[in-house]
Amino acid sequence: MDIASGLLHGFAVALQPMNLLWCFVGVLLGTIVGVMPGLGPPATIAMLLPLTFLMNPASAIIMLAGIYYGAKYGGSTTSILLNVPGESASVATCFDGYQMARKGRAGAALGIAAIASFIAGTVGVIGIMLIAPPLARVALAFSSPEYFALMALGLAMVVLLAGRSMVKALLAMLVGLWLAGIGTDLFSQTSRFTFGQMELLSGVDFVVVAIGVFAVGEVLANMEGREAAKALPVPKGLRNLLPTRQDLKDSRFAFANGSLVGFFIGVLPGAGSTIASFISYGLEKAVSRRPEEFGKGVVEGVAAPEAANNAETGGALIPMLTLGIPGSSTTAVLLAALVLWGFKPGPLFIPEQPALFWGLVASMYIGNVMLLVLNMPLVPLFAQVLRTPAYVLYPLIIGISLVGVYSTSGSLFDVWLLAGFGLLGYVMRKLDYPSAPLILGLVLGGALERALRQSLMMSDGSISILVSRPVSAVMLSLALLILLIPVFGKLNRWRLQALEK
Amino acid sequence: MKSLGADFWSGLALGGLGAYIVVTASRWEYLGADGPGPGFFPLWYGIAMAGLSLALMISSVRTPGVRIDWTGSARAFATWAALAVAVALLKVAGFLLCFGALTFFIAAVMYRRPVLIAALVAVAAAAAFYLVFPLALGVKLP
Repeated sequence: MDIASGLLHGFAVALQPMNLLWCFVGVLLGTIVGVMPGLGPPATIAMLLPLTFLMNPASAIIMLAGIYYGAKYGGSTTSILLNVPGESASVATCFDGYQMARKGRAGAALGIAAIASFIAGTVGVIGIMLIAPPLARVALAFSSPEYFALMALGLAMVVLLAGRSMVKALLAMLVGLWLAGIGTDLFSQTSRFTFGQMELLSGVDFVVVAIGVFAVGEVLANMEGREAAKALPVPKGLRNLLPTRQDLKDSRFAFANGSLVGFFIGVLPGAGSTIASFISYGLEKAVSRRPEEFGKGVVEGVAAPEAANNAETGGALIPMLTLGIPGSSTTAVLLAALVLWGFKPGPLFIPEQPALFWGLVASMYIGNVMLLVLNMPLVPLFAQVLRTPAYVLYPLIIGISLVGVYSTSGSLFDVWLLAGFGLLGYVMRKLDYPSAPLILGLVLGGALERALRQSLMMSDGSISILVSRPVSAVMLSLALLILLIPVFGKLNRWRLQALEK
Repeated sequence: MKSLGADFWSGLALGGLGAYIVVTASRWEYLGADGPGPGFFPLWYGIAMAGLSLALMISSVRTPGVRIDWTGSARAFATWAALAVAVALLKVAGFLLCFGALTFFIAAVMYRRPVLIAALVAVAAAAAFYLVFPLALGVKLP
């Protein structure tokens, strides 16, 4: 199926009334989640995942993806009005967005954020449409050694950029691999690490770990403080939310810079939207004629990071859909969702599930238009979400987590595991262990072990198969180089500086 | 004597996990006639975990890392303890009662809301869950 006919087919799927409704629900929920500091898209998607088992998979993936990119729109609202990022991708928006709001230009900042998000979100979708199908065709030539090397490279990238300490990031990833290994080994039927518990024979459910670490862990982390910050007022009326012609002129390069930087960083595993938004902000400042004004409330300082974090979504979906390799926590949860519904993301996903792939792509065009329409006039309404008291919000998140986990397995044992993983998520935050490598280790662990064992079966136990094939040799060398970065002082200082910024 | 930091203790715990993985995996087949056995992969990540944990412990002794701010952690741990009690009582008291009590605890104790408001929030939250999940969506509560 060529791109044009694929897209037409996709619009036929996405424009079905039920799918339009779920797309709307997804982007609306995403915006609300983005507005709320302390509740991110991976937690929300993980919490809602069990409920999607009752839905048609096309509607479900359209809704979950809507939450993913919708949250990027919503995150800017909190950054601009509260100087607190609604989610990590919106940190860079705080610098100039909040300063604009303090100068009485909150409306223009919110407006330019919405327009930048729309333009870049659309560029991201065009990118998926153009790059995903050819990439999937290339990946069709991959065998087990290449898959093993690709997953190792993806994990190495995530470890590189996940936190200040690569040792801690590696340890978190290894814990994820161990969790993935719990249960019955499908090659030999040996039960591994089950501690004599019948419930563990089928393994640890990904949903339990994801909801525990992200949702419950986030609630516990937010429980530390009692006071909430005060938001600046949102100007009333659509006219006050529209940026001026000069604002749009000043942001022209920022739209293009953010869209391209965001998209290409999104394709790289591990980099994510936070890094994309910072790089785009830095680039914008570097080429600006008024770099000294950055941080004091310039409109392009809002447009560039907002464009980058929205374009990143499109880029991040490409390796997840075409290679079956997620590059971030949210795409890991989306990958797990597809697997739980019975699909196999990878090179055959597009030819085998054209309705799902093209339906998702088309729904993202529609979702971006919905978000622009929703975010321009309804920002004052979304800002009211910030008034939800913590003592109402946090019990609701815990309650939805408990019901979500129980509804997937009907097992109280899983509810206990949820509480345990919630505590683990909180302790990891406190001790500065990143959660993304743990989740990615868990998602990829089974496939990584399978690919390694199949490779060694192909070569009668000789490990040389991994380095004798050119593609896997290059990818494994890159992975090794990445993991050796801390050994090279200058490179490690660059990495730490990038993370600090 | 200088007190050991959180990195040391977390490294020790993970080192223990790594050692457990290595010992357990070494009892399973490593390489068989059909290729790698169930012990192959766990043995290697267990060794890596033990080695990295040791590196973390040594580096934490040599250069103490950033001090962790434990202020506010008591509130987080108290909330988790309340969650654990609620989960333990699920079988006996049912979801609605346990969830209502947990909500009441968070509102009244953790956020110091007046008892009446906390009770209202708890009852409203439990009622909302009942209406949305079993009644509207047909989802079974724990």
